[in-house]
Amino acid sequence: MISQVFILSSKGDHLIYKDFRGEADKDAVSVFFEMVTALSGDQPPVVMSHKDLNFIHVRQGGLYWVASTKTNASPFTVIEFLNRLAALTKDYCGSLCEKSVRMNFALIYELLDEMVDYGYIQTTSTDILKNFIQTEAVTSKPFSLFDLSNVGLFGAETQQSKVAPSTAATRPIMSHRSEQGGKNEIFVDVVERLSVVIGSNGVLMKADVEGEIRVKCYLPTCSEMRIGLNEEFSIGRSQLRGYGTAVRVDECSFHQAVKLDEFDTYRILKVCPSQGEQTLMQYQLSDELPCAPPFRLFPTVEKDYGSRYTDCDLLSQELSSPDQTAELQLKNKAILWSIPRFPGGAQLSALFKVEVPSLSSASLLEVGPVSMSFELPKQTCTGLQIRFLRLSPTQPGMSQRWVRYVTHSDSYTIRI
Amino acid sequence: MPYFGSEETVKDLKRALSNPNVQTDRLRYRNYIIRVIRSMTQGLDVSSLFMDMVKASATVDIVQKKLVYLYMVTYASRKPDLALLAINTLRKDCADPNPMVRGLALRNMCNFRMPGITEYIQQPILSGLRDKASYVRRVAVLGCAKMHSLQPNTEIDPSMVNELYSLLRDPDPVVMVNSLRALEEILRDEGGVVINKPIAHHLLNRLKDLDSWAQSEVLTFLLRYRPRSNDELFDILSLLDDFLHSAHAPVMAATLRLFLHLATAHPAVQADALLRVHGPLLATCGSASRELRFAGLCHVQQVLRSQPALYGNHYKRFFCGYSEPGYIKFRKMEILVELVNDENVALVLEELKSYCTDVSTELAQAAIAAIGRIGRTYNEKCLDILTGLLALKQEHIASAVIQTFRDLVWFCPKSSVAVCKAVEGCDESLQDDEGKQALLWLLGEYGEQISGAPYVLEGFIDSLKVELCSVVKMELLTAAVKLFLCRPAEMQDILGRLLHYCIEEESDMCVRDRALMYYRLLQSGVDETRKVLLGPKSDPSMTVLTGRPEEPVNIWASSFNTLGPLCGTVACLENTSAENSVQQLHSAEEKDGAEEFKLSPPEQTLRTEAIEEELSCIADAAEELNLTMGPPLSHEAFERLWLELQVAHQQALGIPRPAETLETLQAAFQLVKIQTLAFTRTDAVPWKAYMYSRAGGTLILAELLQGAPEESESIGNLLVSVKQQPENQQAIRSFFSVLTNVLQTLSSHGSQN
Repeated sequence: MISQVFILSSKGDHLIYKDFRGEADKDAVSVFFEMVTALSGDQPPVVMSHKDLNFIHVRQGGLYWVASTKTNASPFTVIEFLNRLAALTKDYCGSLCEKSVRMNFALIYELLDEMVDYGYIQTTSTDILKNFIQTEAVTSKPFSLFDLSNVGLFGAETQQSKVAPSTAATRPIMSHRSEQGGKNEIFVDVVERLSVVIGSNGVLMKADVEGEIRVKCYLPTCSEMRIGLNEEFSIGRSQLRGYGTAVRVDECSFHQAVKLDEFDTYRILKVCPSQGEQTLMQYQLSDELPCAPPFRLFPTVEKDYGSRYTDCDLLSQELSSPDQTAELQLKNKAILWSIPRFPGGAQLSALFKVEVPSLSSASLLEVGPVSMSFELPKQTCTGLQIRFLRLSPTQPGMSQRWVRYVTHSDSYTIRI
Repeated sequence: MPYFGSEETVKDLKRALSNPNVQTDRLRYRNYIIRVIRSMTQGLDVSSLFMDMVKASATVDIVQKKLVYLYMVTYASRKPDLALLAINTLRKDCADPNPMVRGLALRNMCNFRMPGITEYIQQPILSGLRDKASYVRRVAVLGCAKMHSLQPNTEIDPSMVNELYSLLRDPDPVVMVNSLRALEEILRDEGGVVINKPIAHHLLNRLKDLDSWAQSEVLTFLLRYRPRSNDELFDILSLLDDFLHSAHAPVMAATLRLFLHLATAHPAVQADALLRVHGPLLATCGSASRELRFAGLCHVQQVLRSQPALYGNHYKRFFCGYSEPGYIKFRKMEILVELVNDENVALVLEELKSYCTDVSTELAQAAIAAIGRIGRTYNEKCLDILTGLLALKQEHIASAVIQTFRDLVWFCPKSSVAVCKAVEGCDESLQDDEGKQALLWLLGEYGEQISGAPYVLEGFIDSLKVELCSVVKMELLTAAVKLFLCRPAEMQDILGRLLHYCIEEESDMCVRDRALMYYRLLQSGVDETRKVLLGPKSDPSMTVLTGRPEEPVNIWASSFNTLGPLCGTVACLENTSAENSVQQLHSAEEKDGAEEFKLSPPEQTLRTEAIEEELSCIADAAEELNLTMGPPLSHEAFERLWLELQVAHQQALGIPRPAETLETLQAAFQLVKIQTLAFTRTDAVPWKAYMYSRAGGTLILAELLQGAPEESESIGNLLVSVKQQPENQQAIRSFFSVLTNVLQTLSSHGSQN
């Protein structure tokens, strides 16, 4: 059971504080913040104890989401609860940041009041909560020229827009009741996180994909949704379907609410999505990627024992395009090369010359690895596709369905 | 934290709240109340507004009500008399036709933490328990627990307890779970809620209707239930089976814990559950939430204690990601060390090697220590990597490598040659105290093989005045004296200077005393000094076991899915190597001298012909005493006993060590009820194995030894030493006959192949 829940900003401001059981001191908040800021790198910071009080915290949106408990609770439960609280806050407030939490603190108190009673989790389902939550979300929209240019497009609700705006999924689910209906939209996202290690000889040493199908639903009512996956989708090693190139994953698990009666034969997921964000399916694939990893690197390192400088310094850089930038980060001993756009099938190059004091032949061992972080839209590494997305009964009017694919780099490392 | 001008703010708010114009404008009124709550959250004391807030509670606006209740709950304990004024409104709301209003009022009324409130809430709670809306029942059930906590010493109302027990059958799942929680709190002094067979089965059948939070909580409550029969047990387990694969990590973990708990007496079932859950557990280790990842990793570590082989094929899942925080990376490295095996060792080392040059000093040093740990089993590969790292001439890397060398040499003496070669000429790059200590220890211990050792020590002595760390100075003293014993000509001068400085000029007491001790020791003669300083060492194969044996699941099952595994009782890699070892070494050295005296005399006296004869003639009759394994003996307990007891019997078996793999040997011994605790590796010389068994009420400990130079009988031949508690010659005889039989069978089998 949970004694207190509080949300702190990264600077330690109290954004939300709720004491459920009155068994812990109020100064627990400052005790926690002192402990968490005094941490050195090697301590396990998820769970901390002070006297007989245990703090469990997660960091999301740059904030500390903390639960304190006096019992030896299940860490999985508390961590999942805090994650869920953050997710619900995001659902209700639109985005997750210090500002949105500050502006909607009354709403978050209301949420907490319904979610937890006397330290016991009551419910976290949006379907149930929406009956109780009365406060309306306050959204902050910074003025931007970009918004102005889009006014015609979205304000007029034209059907020409075939691309979901990137801000579309960051608005509160409970759009103003007065405003008639809001937008009836449903987003189905296939999100894959890629962790790859490529050896210095270009051989793929490790490739893991963690993927999930997420639904973000703004429809007020929706009785059933059918999502069709690739028919040749197979789970595990033994099972092979069809004759084409199989789309294979190692492990796969589904949300409780997903009905799987048509999954075995037709690969169809049936679900009644509730408002807000839900993860319908999670899957993993290790080692056997059906396609080549998205990026390759051809590194050459040359050393030149020339003049000696005393400071490490980036002398010169040659980049293949002017919109790219590169800077030397002495603190991390790294060069950060940012590439705003990377068209498919293209090759970019950069040449960096770095002066290093007291260079020895062994110093070259310290060069590398190269780590890449990227976001690849419209692409999945497993090849998982959504064949169709059907809503029943058919939504009246302007219901819009969006299917999006994106691959993130969880950790993409290339050795040199 | 109080803000400047806080009094001003409170005054402003008070003025605004009592302004009739504001009170009539619904939105403005609500906005001021929101400002009150905001100030309250920021830590401002706004309790003086209580009166105005009580007034604000009489409203139809439900949002405003909620905000006011939040305020009142916070300050009720400080303003009990004013809070009573609000009770009437709340009680009226408890009879509202809207269940949401009823529930809200009841919940908040129960949250008032002030002594006099119970008489007002009792009636609403009782009627709430029978409310037709489940929402109100949920609130009322927990209200019982809250009421009890307000007056903990009063007698428990049996009718309320009965009512709560009957609510376990409520159609609403949350009411059911809340009743469990409430009963648990109310009956805490009597041991909590009773889970008998009907309740347990009822809960199990309802499990599917609950949401994941309730499921994991009910699963935890079920830990309290003991099935009567095996049939019932397996029925329950098969019911729980689906939940092992739940997509929700809390449910999965709670189910596994219950599984392990129920199947305490069935290790095979436990092993099967662990095997089946390894996929979901791995999935949490790759979860998008870092904190969940960390929790998953900590629990994988637990599972590895019993089943190190389970994750061997999935080693790549524990490679560190580029952007992961340090605490996850450290755990992953600990896991990698655990699951290394013949197939994955090359790739794991390759991966760890790439962390050694990481920007983070701690991470790099932990990676080096991890390689050192693997080096205890896979010696050469690791030595190559570590030696290569020394070439980088990086201060923190060199220090960690030297420390790792020191620990490695201690466990695997045969790696000393390579280490001594590598240590030459790396003294300039060491700056930190730990590294210096390690280097000095190595120089003292293996100075004979390191040609430049005296000059390195001389360098240290020259800079003694600027050395701040007293532990380094003491280590320097020990090293210098040790080196003097094997290279007196080169060291005499240096040692003299060192002792003179430490005794005459040193201000630290510990260092001075240590120097005086060595000085007096040397005065009493070189041979005496040698006996004390270079006495025989204890055998590390006893304490750290290559191929660590598997712990029974039940040791850690009770702490599974609790905060325990996350709290870091498991020492970090770096700590084990750096901090403990110096002390360990010293204490071990001192202990060993004594130990050796105890061991050697009986070894000589007892090896008489008479006993051998006696033994051979009774060998046939020995079968009457059956060996049993009995309760498992921990390594620590074994080691303690082994050191305490005298050798009861020692005998050369006349058979060489069977050429079987260690696993075969272990399995074969287990068949005849002899539990093996530790083996040295197959190619190690001398080869040793430790085992125990029980027979006729005594505990028998045995050591197999082959190829030890100091025991001539053990060359090419197995030598068995047996210790026993309490004495029972007959048991020893039957143990011997069984042991000989097994070994004979194994070696004849081996020669046939």
